[in-house]
Amino acid sequence: MTGPTHIFDQPNAYIGRSVERPDAQRLVQGRGQYVDDLQLPRMVHAAFVRSPYAHAKITDIDTRAAEQAPGIIAVFRGSDFEDYVTPYVGTLTHLQGLRSPPQMPLAVDAVRWQGEPVVMVVAQNRALAEDACALVEIEFEPLEAVCDAETALEPNTPIIHSAYDNNRAWERLVDAGDVDTEFNRGDVTVVDHVFYFARHTGVTLEARASVVEFNPSDNTLIYHYSGQAPHMMQAILSKILSLPEENIRIIARDVGGSFGIKIHLYGDDLATAVAARILNRPVKYVADRNESFVSDIHARDHRVKGRMAVTSDGKITALEIDDLTGIGPYSMYPRSSGIECNQVLNLTGAPYAIDNYRAKGTIVFQNKNMMCQYRAVGHPIAMAVADGLLESAAHEIGMDVVEIRRRNLFKDNSYPTSSAAGMKFDDLSHQQALEKLVEFMDYDSLRKDQEAARQRGVYRGIGLVSMVEVTNPSPMFYGIGGAPISAQDGATVRLDASGALHVSSSITEQGQGTNTIIAQVAAGVFGVNIDRVKVTTGDTATTPYGGGTWASRGAGIGGEAVLLAANALKEQVLDVAGTILQCARESLSIDNGVVIDAQTGAERISLGELGRLVYYRGNELPSDVSPELVATRHYRVTDFPFVFTNGAMAAHVEVDQDTGFVKILDFWAVEDCGRVINPKLVDEQIRGGVVQGIGGAFYEECVYSEDGQMLNASMADYLVPMAAEMPDIHIAHIETPTKTSVLGAKGAGEAGTGGAPAALLNAVNDALRPLNASIYQMPMTPQRILKALGAV
Amino acid sequence: MSQSCDISLRVNGETVRERVPVRLNLVDFLRNSLGLTGSHVGCEHGVCGACTMEVDGTMVRGCLMLAVQADGSDITTIEGFGEHQRAVDLQAAFKRNNALQCGFCTPGMMASALEYIEAGGVADRSAIREHLSGNYCRCTGYQSIVDAVVEVIGERAAK
Amino acid sequence: MKAADFAYEKPDNLNAALELLAREDCDMQVLAGGQSLMPMMNFRLAQPELLVDLNGVSELSFIEEQPETITIGAMTRYANLAASDVIKEHVPLFQMALPHIAHSAVRNRGTIGGSTALADPAAEMPALLLALEATITVVSVGGAREIPANDFFLGLYETALQDGEIIKSIAIKKAKPQNRFGFYELARRHGDYAMAGVAIASTSIDPVCDLRIALFSVSDKAHRLPHAELAFEGENLDDTEARDAAFQELDDFDFRGDLNADGDTKRHLARVVLTRALETMMP
Repeated sequence: MTGPTHIFDQPNAYIGRSVERPDAQRLVQGRGQYVDDLQLPRMVHAAFVRSPYAHAKITDIDTRAAEQAPGIIAVFRGSDFEDYVTPYVGTLTHLQGLRSPPQMPLAVDAVRWQGEPVVMVVAQNRALAEDACALVEIEFEPLEAVCDAETALEPNTPIIHSAYDNNRAWERLVDAGDVDTEFNRGDVTVVDHVFYFARHTGVTLEARASVVEFNPSDNTLIYHYSGQAPHMMQAILSKILSLPEENIRIIARDVGGSFGIKIHLYGDDLATAVAARILNRPVKYVADRNESFVSDIHARDHRVKGRMAVTSDGKITALEIDDLTGIGPYSMYPRSSGIECNQVLNLTGAPYAIDNYRAKGTIVFQNKNMMCQYRAVGHPIAMAVADGLLESAAHEIGMDVVEIRRRNLFKDNSYPTSSAAGMKFDDLSHQQALEKLVEFMDYDSLRKDQEAARQRGVYRGIGLVSMVEVTNPSPMFYGIGGAPISAQDGATVRLDASGALHVSSSITEQGQGTNTIIAQVAAGVFGVNIDRVKVTTGDTATTPYGGGTWASRGAGIGGEAVLLAANALKEQVLDVAGTILQCARESLSIDNGVVIDAQTGAERISLGELGRLVYYRGNELPSDVSPELVATRHYRVTDFPFVFTNGAMAAHVEVDQDTGFVKILDFWAVEDCGRVINPKLVDEQIRGGVVQGIGGAFYEECVYSEDGQMLNASMADYLVPMAAEMPDIHIAHIETPTKTSVLGAKGAGEAGTGGAPAALLNAVNDALRPLNASIYQMPMTPQRILKALGAV
Repeated sequence: MSQSCDISLRVNGETVRERVPVRLNLVDFLRNSLGLTGSHVGCEHGVCGACTMEVDGTMVRGCLMLAVQADGSDITTIEGFGEHQRAVDLQAAFKRNNALQCGFCTPGMMASALEYIEAGGVADRSAIREHLSGNYCRCTGYQSIVDAVVEVIGERAAK
Repeated sequence: MKAADFAYEKPDNLNAALELLAREDCDMQVLAGGQSLMPMMNFRLAQPELLVDLNGVSELSFIEEQPETITIGAMTRYANLAASDVIKEHVPLFQMALPHIAHSAVRNRGTIGGSTALADPAAEMPALLLALEATITVVSVGGAREIPANDFFLGLYETALQDGEIIKSIAIKKAKPQNRFGFYELARRHGDYAMAGVAIASTSIDPVCDLRIALFSVSDKAHRLPHAELAFEGENLDDTEARDAAFQELDDFDFRGDLNADGDTKRHLARVVLTRALETMMP
């Protein structure tokens, strides 16, 4: 696609500049507006009684004492909601065969994970609601819990859903080329490892929060939402609550972190909406931290058996993986819990030209909290498996890990092309990214330092990853599967009488800087100072219809819609200006809030003056002129299922062989996310992503007992990366704009989280190699490393 | 029967008199009774640091103090740091360095950063990282926060 | 997570506090710095009927220098200890350990008495007091008694404190020039509870005289290693036989695992922290 490229080089083209975020000033002054900050007249507060068991029948619920407790407004059980809620099923038709039973907001007859909400208490304040929760008596008949995905399909394992004949939720096989023949060739080296990725979770610092208002006089519902996809929420609440979609308004103001956690329908949030409807007054529910750990979706928890065959000159001839994951008792609504496994199958080995690829994925039900899509869905697994095998193979054949990548990465002049799993690629730069990384990190010197350190008994390791990242998804991601999830986004750009620009967009802000990027694109394309651009996002009543923010699509898709709308408005304004100035519109342009002569740059009329003429003194315009100072455009990706980005990363670590502690000495990331709209925002997006990747590699794990109790459901026990242990992270860019849009921007939000674990795994194994130890399990805790070393 | 107490304190320079249930913690009191929602509640067990605020000259966790314990105290929250000129340079440095994304940790992070700076902390990145290691940030990766603190220390030293 | 309801008293002097503590008609908790009790109350793991807040008892907050000892009031906060020149000069082991104890905002509230009374097996303070052979003065309406640290920590969150008693002060012998101290802990993140840690004090090291080794975060409580201490007596810190005796004692020690380390890992790491702490003490 080609377009008005002048937007990238005119003086007030903000694209490519590290513009400060205008909305940051509110946040540094403590004037953010998060859902829990909201206090509405007659608002009441919800708390939930949750299941203490991973699997049990509910035989009796006695709420009488709770109903009598001070300040209690209402106590609800699951059955109380049956008249208000249409059960919902978290499957997508394009994940053929994926099955999951219908869900309700509260458990009705049985509980299937520890933490499942059973009874809702609504009271004058949260403390009183919790007091009454303690008075609710529920009789459970404990059942054997299915916790281990490895044994979930064995014949003597109990079946969680009696409607099914076993605990299988889904399976998929990808089989390209002739894998068996290649593995059985006598002249290849085969490496195989079993990789374990722990369950972890997003731990948004602002917990999930909902304030729901219902107005019975006009049957409208307002949902104050801490989340990423307002229009999706509107559609699914309409469906589940049987309310007209137009009567539901979703408002997302500031969102305190999301990372994919806040894009699903949770029973407690839905119950809050139902309670507001029944009680006809605003209801607030804010998850406490313990509730977050046992009910926010978890992710990862994959066991992957992988093997790779390489020739003596380093060519990968075959790759085979077998992925097993347990997703909890249901597939999450509405995005399903099948996507992560599907991504693992799609993405493993995707940077490399591999003809023979077989991947099997199996998803089972289990009695643990539900799993679903969290930042970099599937990527850290796919990248760690492929690049873990690749670096292992390199050492087996005695080849440098950079050299083996050079020989297998898709060539930069080979696009468009497809991977063995059928992923379509264009505009990627794997080879260039690798070379830039090698230079950026001074790879050769680092290897010399590593050797010198080993002589001193200090074990340092260098690990790399070459990666792809799914961004800018088309309708092939969710819409095709029947979910009310839009892959297109819209933007409306409006010129007001004063010459200010208002932009409303269907993408949303969770701190990435979405609103800033929208303003940058609009100001630059249209031709005003960015201070004169006001942005509205996160409100279904005032923004065009669209998907919101997920899968690193905000800048690439939402930004393009803004570009198209701003450009359309510019044309409309120039039409009007041409009429007013009685000259050819082609001779005019807009710069810094003024209509100018395109040739000479001479100022002709300010936008403020033009606005005043149009809006106040229409009598001065010819009667056949109908100025339209607002434009809306929508955009979706059409030619590809996703627009992939690529990158290369490296980690430098030091392993203390006595303690199993790993110090991350340095980390480098080279990212090609197409056109960089705001370097500072992109860099920090990547750094934050890397740190979440470091979390997955070294710290984060939802630890469960054998009977399905989460043992570390507090911030003191579930470890996330903190400042002291994190390295400074060096970022460099390659800019290969995607041809699917004028803007040329791809996403960058998943890269760090998706790639860092692989680089870190490789680095640790590189450090351990002279000690004849290896580890393929994350997080790589001190204890696991000591065990790998045989020290304990 | 719930016990309540009358308390009198100064919050961001204003005198406040309220009657509070004894079990109400300080951050909930500031947020819900006074509408000072700048201090955030991230964990309620003293780990995340989002409710860090100044009480009588020292930074504390607002979730680990009762409102009734603040009787007679002088409290400054993020709202006060900004509006009373004490952290204008730090706010500017946070913006300039993009040291915040979602903003939820920012009030507590800035309180801890201010504590370090005002105590005469040096522009040593690992010392700054250690000092800030009781404040959880899930968005930034911390580096830009350290950058912002280093800059402010330099600016104040130059004055 | 909001605390369950309770009654609240904030006495403004020690006698008034002790009178309250003598009540037997209710389930009571003493609130010191609140950095452990408040989280437990917020989780509703602790639900006292009466909360007695000692933060108004100013006579419990002091650091006092006597000819032979330093006496520290129970309500003295970690931050006060860290800032005290008296502590810097006379209790160097505290100076070594304090930066590892949680984070600044927690040290600004947490108290020495609170941590000692709680006796969390993972906390540093009990081990420091064991290594320093501190004397803990406890009081009740019935009077005061002095308990050596060795007799104070009885088990998991269990101390020699009896109903109605609180810690009044902790007395530590002033360090002499020939004294040596060591401290080492392994925490996965700065400020976290350690996977294993050790505090060591020695009257002298050339040769070793009166070595005291206290391990923490490895078992039900902080523990001295009496056999190891004895083995080093009269030897040098790098004496391999003494070290082997110490390791032998660790082989027989009752390590208890947690989420970060099972018992075997604790045993291994206990060897490491002991070795490294001793190394820091060598001339």
